[in-house]
Amino acid sequence: MSDITSENLISMFAEIAKAMAESKAHLCELDGVIGDADHGIAMDLGFSTVATNLAALDITATDPTMVFNTAAKSFLNAVGASSGPLYATAFMRAGAIVKGKSELSASDFADAFIAMAKGIQDRGKAEIGDKTMIDAWLPAAEAVETAKAQNGSLAEILDKAGKAAEAGAEATKAMVASKGRSARLGDRAIGHIDPGAASAAILIRAMGEGLG
Amino acid sequence: MKTKKIINDGANAVDEMLEGVLAAHSTKVFALDHSPRSIIARDGPRPGKVGMVIGGGSGHEPSFLGFVGKGLADAAAIGNVFASPPPDPIIECTKAVNNGAGVLYMYGNYAGDVMNFDMAAEMVAMEDIEVRTVLTTDDVASAPADQRDKRRGVAGNVFVFKAAGAACDKMLPIDECERIARKANERTFTFGVALSPCSLPQTLKPNFTLGEDEMEVGMGIHGEPGISKEKLKPADAITDELMDKILDEMAAPKGDRVAVIVNSLGSTPLMELYIMMRQVKKRLDQAGLVLHLSLVGNYCTSLEMAGASITVMHLDAELQEMIDHPCDCAMFQAG
Repeated sequence: MSDITSENLISMFAEIAKAMAESKAHLCELDGVIGDADHGIAMDLGFSTVATNLAALDITATDPTMVFNTAAKSFLNAVGASSGPLYATAFMRAGAIVKGKSELSASDFADAFIAMAKGIQDRGKAEIGDKTMIDAWLPAAEAVETAKAQNGSLAEILDKAGKAAEAGAEATKAMVASKGRSARLGDRAIGHIDPGAASAAILIRAMGEGLG
Repeated sequence: MKTKKIINDGANAVDEMLEGVLAAHSTKVFALDHSPRSIIARDGPRPGKVGMVIGGGSGHEPSFLGFVGKGLADAAAIGNVFASPPPDPIIECTKAVNNGAGVLYMYGNYAGDVMNFDMAAEMVAMEDIEVRTVLTTDDVASAPADQRDKRRGVAGNVFVFKAAGAACDKMLPIDECERIARKANERTFTFGVALSPCSLPQTLKPNFTLGEDEMEVGMGIHGEPGISKEKLKPADAITDELMDKILDEMAAPKGDRVAVIVNSLGSTPLMELYIMMRQVKKRLDQAGLVLHLSLVGNYCTSLEMAGASITVMHLDAELQEMIDHPCDCAMFQAG
């Protein structure tokens, strides 16, 4: 596909909102095992608010940075919790790195994606293996970086990101949590996928579908 | 199976509760017009006084908004059910209670709350408001004693907030308010047991399962799994299990005074709380400790969860003075 417009990004967020609505019950169930059973509610509420607020923007006066910043503020104020600051930071970093661009190339989008993962890590201070959304985001960002270096198309970049995120989320099953509320569980969290990593994989997959 | 609740639309539960709180307690608190989830004390904030902002997720009432009032917190930022408030209502609370002497943020130690309150603190710092943060970490079940900073904040909040609120009300400088808040937290210990789950208004599904003869020791106030599942025991045995751990960690010398909360997690009735209180008093007597103050009832709940927690604060002369200082809040009065 050609360059990504603000309209494409808004469609991407609408696709994420749709995916979260469909996964709401599943994410709550995952969270009920090792957390407080509200992760699906927060993700659904957050992204449906994002989609609503983005749809209200005047598209002729909206650049990609404004789309990302609107998404960040909307998500943060709808949700709070821990996913609020993490995703708000992610989208603000994406907005900052594409500042001044009216359309994004595949390479620009790859940069935005990598900035999102970095933003989440900076805000939450989690590392790989801590059983958090970072276990999905960092492998996905690495896959994006590699695909970008190989001059991959946007579809290739997003497909690799989606696969890496899903593998990363799956890998959290074997981990003991050390961040967030499930950190208090110790070994009892082993065998259960981290809900934040699961929703991250769903989000990253939905990006691909929304931009595809 | 869906749980039964007296609600309208689950998605509006928090805002409709706030409307009710304001209707009932308009002489004590009000909400900011431009930020309806910022609840402010009518009496309290005044020139030269350190402002005190508390907050957290909804579903723990009377925590947190019930502790806003003269002599205790100046404001509470209200989050969704079991979710930290975002930075905006925290920022608006901060501006509303800032009187030039600095603002103290106090809340339970949860990853989400820390991120949102820290973001708020960063933003108000740009407007030259000095913020100090003291996290409550009273839940002995949530991490070992040598990792106190990883523990979560539960019902002990009430005493820690109370002590800090008194320090602020006495017009002490922010360094002193912060020191007293930290000391209060260090000397407060809570341990609880859950008997049956709660359900969120938006899902109406029990958030965990326990066998009909089981209890979960150390469960968190959002249903986070605790230390162990055990067979349900008689009240005295449960109370002993909780008090053993608390007294061991507190290591108070004979003759010292303590303040106690026997707190319902939501649906456990006063009858059962007082049966526990009876055994708490016996254990304090055996340990040679003097019961200075006891609170029995709903202080930090988890929606309709069944179960209870015991909090003991190890007083010294200063903390005793702070705990005895008068306060007048929507859902809590002292002195």
